Amino acid sequence: MNDLDAVAALHDPVRRALYEFVAASGRDVGRNEAAEGVGVSRTLAAFHLDKLAEVGLLETGFARLSATRPGPGAGRPAKVYRRGRTSRYVAVPERDFRELASLLAEVVGDLDAADGAIAAAARAGKKLHEPGGWLATLRDRGYEPYRQDDVVRLRNCPFQQVADEQPLLVCSMNLALCQGIAGDDATAELDPKPGECCVSFSKNKNR
Amino acid sequence: MHLAQLNVARLLAPIDAPELAEFVALLEPINAVADAAPGFVWRLKESETDPTLTYQHDFGDELLINMSVWQTRDDLWNYVYRTRHLGVLQRRREWFQRTLEIASVMWWIPEGHLPTAAEGMARLAALRDRGAGPEAFTFKEFHEPVSI
Repeated sequence: MNDLDAVAALHDPVRRALYEFVAASGRDVGRNEAAEGVGVSRTLAAFHLDKLAEVGLLETGFARLSATRPGPGAGRPAKVYRRGRTSRYVAVPERDFRELASLLAEVVGDLDAADGAIAAAARAGKKLHEPGGWLATLRDRGYEPYRQDDVVRLRNCPFQQVADEQPLLVCSMNLALCQGIAGDDATAELDPKPGECCVSFSKNKNR
Repeated sequence: MHLAQLNVARLLAPIDAPELAEFVALLEPINAVADAAPGFVWRLKESETDPTLTYQHDFGDELLINMSVWQTRDDLWNYVYRTRHLGVLQRRREWFQRTLEIASVMWWIPEGHLPTAAEGMARLAALRDRGAGPEAFTFKEFHEPVSI
């Protein structure tokens, strides 16, 4: 399945809402839950979820969901959906900076020039700062912030490919960028978790 | 097969010097993160009772040696880069000499085998001499286990 077909599958508004619902949950979601979350029938949800799985935007599995439905069939494994791990890119005409970013990150690492790169990321973050608007900025930039107790965590790493290759450099730059975006509204700290962005935020008092 | 890894670092000051105090204070909590990490199998310890002691060896006093065994590449990667260990790694310049030498190596071992420091240092030497191969490799140039 090519990237354009995968992205085109999101054109349907119900399908897109289902994709966003599953992605935002950060875990396995069953058909009933997705249908309720988006406000469509279970049959329609199942149809669109399977379409999304077909183009690779969602992955599927089977899990015994909790016994919320007692009675016959309650213990049977149900089909569940989670977000696919592969990123899809569409640029018309073609533009792709990933290869270039990988090469430059490698050079920065080899030159031991991380300090300069981190300072540049901090400056870029500061330019993006709008008082009170840091969460919206993070959302717009694809970090997918969510609240967990008193902290804001980020479900998605927008730099994942390069971060996997040069985690020390990229995670340091990202922390500086995030602190710049938050400004005085929140304190960013390195708080890595498998499969997520490496930064979390605690809101500053009186903000 | 299990994945063994060894990494070395040259200290900027003796391990009991005040310059290293913050690093030594981090040994216990960060090693506890490793011990509790998914896929952790074993690590080289100087003492079962004193977590602040680093491994003693004959490869030079300023050389710090870490060695551990993991179930999979992802288990090791998630510990190194996706736990509080990452923050310690980012502070490495405060405690260790900058170097262009390759400082870390991985290799596959049969399950149940506990590697010795000499074995790990030999793998590191092999990586430095011959580059990455099935006997000694890195995250960037990873090698899957070869069936014997």
